[in-house]
Amino acid sequence: MLGFVIQRLLQAFVVMMIISAMVFVGVYAVGNPIDVVLSPDATQQIREQAIKAYGFDQPLWKQYADFLGRLIRGDFGNSFLYNMPVLQLIGSRLPATAELTLAAVFGATFLGVPLGMYAGYRPDSTFSKAVMAISILGFSVPTFWIGLVLIFTFAVELGWLPAGGRGETAQLFGIEWSFLTTNGLKHMFLPALNLSLFKFAMMVRLARAGTRETMLTDTVRFARAAGESEWTILTRHVLRLIAIPIVTVFGLELGSTMAFAVVTETIFSWPGVGKLIIDSITTLDRPVMVAYLMLVAFFFIVINFVVDISYAALDPRLRTRRA
Amino acid sequence: MTLLQVRDLQTHFATRSGALKAVDGVSFDIAAGEIVGLVGESGSGKSVTGFSILGLIDPPGRIIGGSVKLEGRELVGLPNAELRGVRGRQISMVFQDPSATLNPVLTIGRQMQLALEAHEKTSEAAMRARAVEVLERVGIPDAARRLDAHPHQFSGGMRQRVAIAIALLNSPALIICDEPTTALDVSIQAQILTEMKALARDLGTAMIWISHDLATVSSVASRLLVMYAGRIIEEGPVRDVLRAPRHPYTAGLIASLPAHAVPGRDLVQIPGSTPSLFDLPPGCAFQPRCTYAQAGCGVMPNLLREENRAVRCHFPLNGSGS
Repeated sequence: MLGFVIQRLLQAFVVMMIISAMVFVGVYAVGNPIDVVLSPDATQQIREQAIKAYGFDQPLWKQYADFLGRLIRGDFGNSFLYNMPVLQLIGSRLPATAELTLAAVFGATFLGVPLGMYAGYRPDSTFSKAVMAISILGFSVPTFWIGLVLIFTFAVELGWLPAGGRGETAQLFGIEWSFLTTNGLKHMFLPALNLSLFKFAMMVRLARAGTRETMLTDTVRFARAAGESEWTILTRHVLRLIAIPIVTVFGLELGSTMAFAVVTETIFSWPGVGKLIIDSITTLDRPVMVAYLMLVAFFFIVINFVVDISYAALDPRLRTRRA
Repeated sequence: MTLLQVRDLQTHFATRSGALKAVDGVSFDIAAGEIVGLVGESGSGKSVTGFSILGLIDPPGRIIGGSVKLEGRELVGLPNAELRGVRGRQISMVFQDPSATLNPVLTIGRQMQLALEAHEKTSEAAMRARAVEVLERVGIPDAARRLDAHPHQFSGGMRQRVAIAIALLNSPALIICDEPTTALDVSIQAQILTEMKALARDLGTAMIWISHDLATVSSVASRLLVMYAGRIIEEGPVRDVLRAPRHPYTAGLIASLPAHAVPGRDLVQIPGSTPSLFDLPPGCAFQPRCTYAQAGCGVMPNLLREENRAVRCHFPLNGSGS
C-alpha cells in the first residue's frame, strides 16, 4: 500500500510538471497581455518599463524557469487585473464553486442511484419509464437552456426563488458559505439543480444498466434461493456489485464540475471560480489562468487517487493484486 | 413418507413465437432423505423444473399449471412473501458455478449471515457459530478464520463447499442441486459427490440432483428421473434403470457413456439432435431420433407405471441395456 502511495505521488509530480509546462506554453501563445494590463494611452516609456517589470522581454524558457522558481516558494504570482496574489484570489472564489458542485454532485448521486436501481429492477413500470424520460431530458437538453427555463419559471413567473447571486453567507473556518443560511440555500437551489441534472441523468443510467445486468446473475438467484428479501438483495448485494462504475463517474464528475461549472455560474451570476477563469481568459490574465488550470489538474489527481483507493475497499479482488 | 409431491407441473415461457413449454406436465415424488437424480440434455427442462419448485421463475416464464406440495403444503400460487420463508429454510438450492453464485465483494461470513437473517434474526455470535459449524461440516479447514475471507480466496472446490454450506445453514429438508459438480475438476467432483452423499445420509436431507451427466447422477442418487423435451420419460431405481433401461432414449444415454466405449472407437451417439421446443413432432418427442419408432408413435404415449418403474413409450424395451 505504501509503495502504491509513493508511486502515485511520483506520478502526480510528473503530471503536474507536464501540465505546468503545457499550460505555460499554451497561455504564452494566446497573446501578449501587456495591452490589457496598460491603458491604451500609456507612453512608450511606461510601456517598456511595464514589459520589463512583468518579465515579458525574457525568452519563454526563462519566463517558465522564473515561474517555477516562484512556484517552489508557493508563489503563483499576482493577478494582472485584480493586482492581488492569485492564490488568494482563487481561494476567495473557490468555496462558492465547491459548495455548489458538492451539492449538485451529491444530490445527483443520492437521488439518481436509488431511482436508477429501481428503474433497473422494475424496467417496465410506469414510474421507471418516467425516470428514464427525465434522464433523457437531462442528457439531451443543453444546461444553459434549462438554467434559463428554471430562472424564468421559478424566479420570474412564480417568484419562489431568487434568480442569481449567493445570498447571505455565514462563516465557518473563516470562510463564507451559502449553505449555512436559509437565504443562501434558497440562492443555491436553482443553480445546484441546474448543474445536477446532467449528472443525475448519468447516475440513473449507470445504476439502471448495472442493476439490470446484476439482477440476471446467479448471485441474485442464489440469494433468492436462500430466501433473502428483494430489499436485502438490492441493498446488500446489487448496490455493492454496481458500486465501482458509480464511484468512478462520481469522481470524474466531481472534478469536471468543480473545474467547469462556468455555464451555470454565469447564468446564475454565482461568484465562483468558473466566472473568474472566463474573465481571466478574456483579459489575458496569465497568472490566474495558469494557477487555475494547475489547480484543476491537482483536483483530478487527488480525486483519481481517492477513487483508486476506494476501489480496493469496494472490491476485495483488487486488494490482493496490489499488495 | 412423501416430502415433496410434484403433480402435472407446467412451466411455460411466453415468447414471440408462442408459448415455449419448458416443463410440460411433470410429476414425481421425493421421500424424506431420498436422493433423486434428474437427468436430461440441456433444454430438456430439468433446471426449470428445479427453479419451478422454489417458485423462482422469472418472467416471461410462468408456472401455468400443476401442483408442488411440500409436506402437504401447496407451493404453487403461494404469495412471494410466504415462498420466501420456504426458500433456504425448507428447500434450498446449489448452483453449477460457485464463482458466479457467491457474491465476490462480500466475505463469506457476511453472505452466510444474510442467508441466516433472512429467516431468523439472532445475535452476531450465534450466527457466526452456526456458520462455522456448517463450514466445518462441509470440510472447510480453519472455518472460524475463513469467515472473513472473500470467495476469490478459495479454490473452485472449496467455493462450492461454501455454497453448499450456505444451502445447509437453515437445515432444509430438501436441497435442489443444479449440476453442482459440472464446473469442477474431475478429481474434486468425486470428493464433492461422496461428501454430499454422506451429508444427505447423516442429516437426513433429501436431494434432487440435476445433471446432464448420467454417470455422476448414478453415483449419488438412488432413484432416477429421465427428462426429454419437458417431460419425464423414464423413472426407476438407479440400478434397475441402468441395467435394463426401458425407454430407447435412456438406452441411448447409457450406451453413449464413455465407460461403455471401446478404446480407439468413436463414442456411441444418439442419432439426430435435441428437438426445438417450438417444433416438437406430434406424439412422442423422441420418435424422429428413435431406431424403434413405428407408426403408432405419432400419438403421445402415457407414462406407464408398473411397480417402482415408469416409462413413457408405446414400445418399451424389455431386455438388458446395450
